[in-house]
Amino acid sequence: MQAKIVVKDLYKIFGPKPDVAMQMLRSGKDKDRIVRETGMVVGVQNANFHINAGEIFVIMGLSGSGKSTLIRLLNRLIEPSSGQVLVDGQDVASMDPRELIKLRRRDMAMVFQSFALLPHLTVLANAAFGLEVSGVPRKEREARAMKVLEQVGLGAYANRYPRELSGGMQQRAGLARALAVDPSLMLMDEAFSALDPLKRTEMQDLLLDLQREQQRTIIFVSHDLDEACRIGNRIAIMEGGRIVQIGTPDEIIRNPADEYVRAFFNGVDVNKYLSAKDIADADAVPVFKAHGDFADGFHGAIERLRAARRNYGFVVDGEHKLVGTVSIDSMIRSLESGSTELSHALLTDLPPVNGNLNLRELICRIVKMPYPLPVIESQGHYIGAVTQTILLKKMAKEELSHA
Amino acid sequence: MRDFLPIGEWAEKTINFILENDHGVLENLGDVVGDMTALTEQLLQLVPDWLLAGMFVALGFWRLGWKFAVVAAAAFVVIIGTGFWPATMVTLALIIAATLISLLVGIPLGIAAALNRRINYLLRPVLDFMQTMPAFVYLIPAAMVFGLGRVPAVLATVIFAMPPVVRLTALGIRQVNKEQVEAGITFGCTPLQVLLKIQIPGALPSIMAGINQTIMMALSMVIIASMVGGGGLGNNVLASIQRLDIGLGFESGLAVVLLAIILDRLTESFGVRKEERIARRKGGQGQES
Repeated sequence: MQAKIVVKDLYKIFGPKPDVAMQMLRSGKDKDRIVRETGMVVGVQNANFHINAGEIFVIMGLSGSGKSTLIRLLNRLIEPSSGQVLVDGQDVASMDPRELIKLRRRDMAMVFQSFALLPHLTVLANAAFGLEVSGVPRKEREARAMKVLEQVGLGAYANRYPRELSGGMQQRAGLARALAVDPSLMLMDEAFSALDPLKRTEMQDLLLDLQREQQRTIIFVSHDLDEACRIGNRIAIMEGGRIVQIGTPDEIIRNPADEYVRAFFNGVDVNKYLSAKDIADADAVPVFKAHGDFADGFHGAIERLRAARRNYGFVVDGEHKLVGTVSIDSMIRSLESGSTELSHALLTDLPPVNGNLNLRELICRIVKMPYPLPVIESQGHYIGAVTQTILLKKMAKEELSHA
Repeated sequence: MRDFLPIGEWAEKTINFILENDHGVLENLGDVVGDMTALTEQLLQLVPDWLLAGMFVALGFWRLGWKFAVVAAAAFVVIIGTGFWPATMVTLALIIAATLISLLVGIPLGIAAALNRRINYLLRPVLDFMQTMPAFVYLIPAAMVFGLGRVPAVLATVIFAMPPVVRLTALGIRQVNKEQVEAGITFGCTPLQVLLKIQIPGALPSIMAGINQTIMMALSMVIIASMVGGGGLGNNVLASIQRLDIGLGFESGLAVVLLAIILDRLTESFGVRKEERIARRKGGQGQES
């Protein structure tokens, strides 16, 4: 994957003499001491990361952690004190104003927490705002704006004014305004935080739908862990202006970098973020190769199952794709009827579980099943097995490690 | 003992210096202001009284509804009936001229003060000075510079009436939602586009309130400015004081009050968004029924 944004040694210091504070930082003094001695606030310090093209990158942290500052450094709503922000290789931090305006018009858009729609313009004119600014003729910009309004489900409200809309609908208009310029890069600052939980989920779904249709690079600031895990491909966690950890939701949940990150997940039901593939155990159930392990009829396979104290085993093909399930009973029955054909012994009424199935649904499936379920990934490759015991053990372990 | 700070002397010398060295600049300025006021006055007097009054009543009906239209009609009946219509028109012309100049200078100043902190710091004491220095004090030098008549009246009025629109324009622009301004910048607005498409529209209610205040201040000042020959209702008020004529004083004072009410309500209505106006009207009716 290709990096859309590369951030190098980025610093932001609020105050009259950023150079002095930078010097103090370099000599190892910390943020609190700089505030005490100079009154200057270190907003972001030493940020180094990249954002891949087409991913949703969530910046998470408590209020005052610098996440809103960081996202504003990316399109230079706030001037960086030092460092680089490379967007497609171009350094935003050192760009001259005219270049910067061009870049913002062409390829960047932003969605705001307070929606920031213009109250004197209709929803349609708001959605067309970015195009108006860059001089697109009225007819064309209104046609394009109308199209995105339909996309976000606001077609019927084009001629209303923002104040006539509910919060959720206003943010749809805010999203439409950003989408209308068709940017490859979208910055979303706590975009759904002002909405009630139901509307928030609805907007997250909308965003994910839009993202499936057209892959954009999205940087999403949030203080909501549920939201971050739900929409984020990767998450960066910030504390005191510093990025303390970057990783996929899974990685961060499983290996929090420090106490701060761990504390983030306190009181959060981490099981919500586990899926079948996290639980599947590759060694719990014997696996047979369809070509090879049944060469001697079923005797070898039956022996292996008995030795492993299992009644069931899974069968995979040469590419490790799941073929089906065999049991001691099914193989014996097959032998008794005089057949050593694998197809005879294969049980086909055991549907495999998709690796992305979330825990809640997995539990629903597994309570009805007295035997292990195979877990596969989307191409059909076998990952492992889940049984009631494996599931319970895994959940207990997660509880312990986060308690 | 002699005062060790002869500021008064300095002020006098400054005025004299300006008078001697302005090379006709002030005279030209005075001519422009004088012509503008005279033209406005002529235009107002060109229209028959009933027609102009009718236009105001219609405007009132459009902006504020029939109740205000009735009030305005009654007010014009009183003004015409007491014979103060011509004087009222002279006063109105002075107000219009002074207000136009105040807005032409004041709104850009307000915008500059909102956008530039240094200009704001410089401007604030000047505005304080303009607003609180007793009006009579600068009527005298104004009359000395421009001679008696409309011109010093209008310019003294401008000095007195301009501060509100400057302050409220600056306040309105500074109070525009920060994320709205950021949205403008994010979508690639130039600073001028941010000003024209976001800050000024967002500040409009506040700017309209400033214009309303400026008009009201101008009205009160043009009465005082009759002392330097501004004319209009102020002359009648002044005459009533000099002659201790209670009747004349009351009638001319009443005309001033009625004009003030009409101008205030009408200009105020332009600062409120249409829906709010309707809601307010409905709310009012709801309380009565």
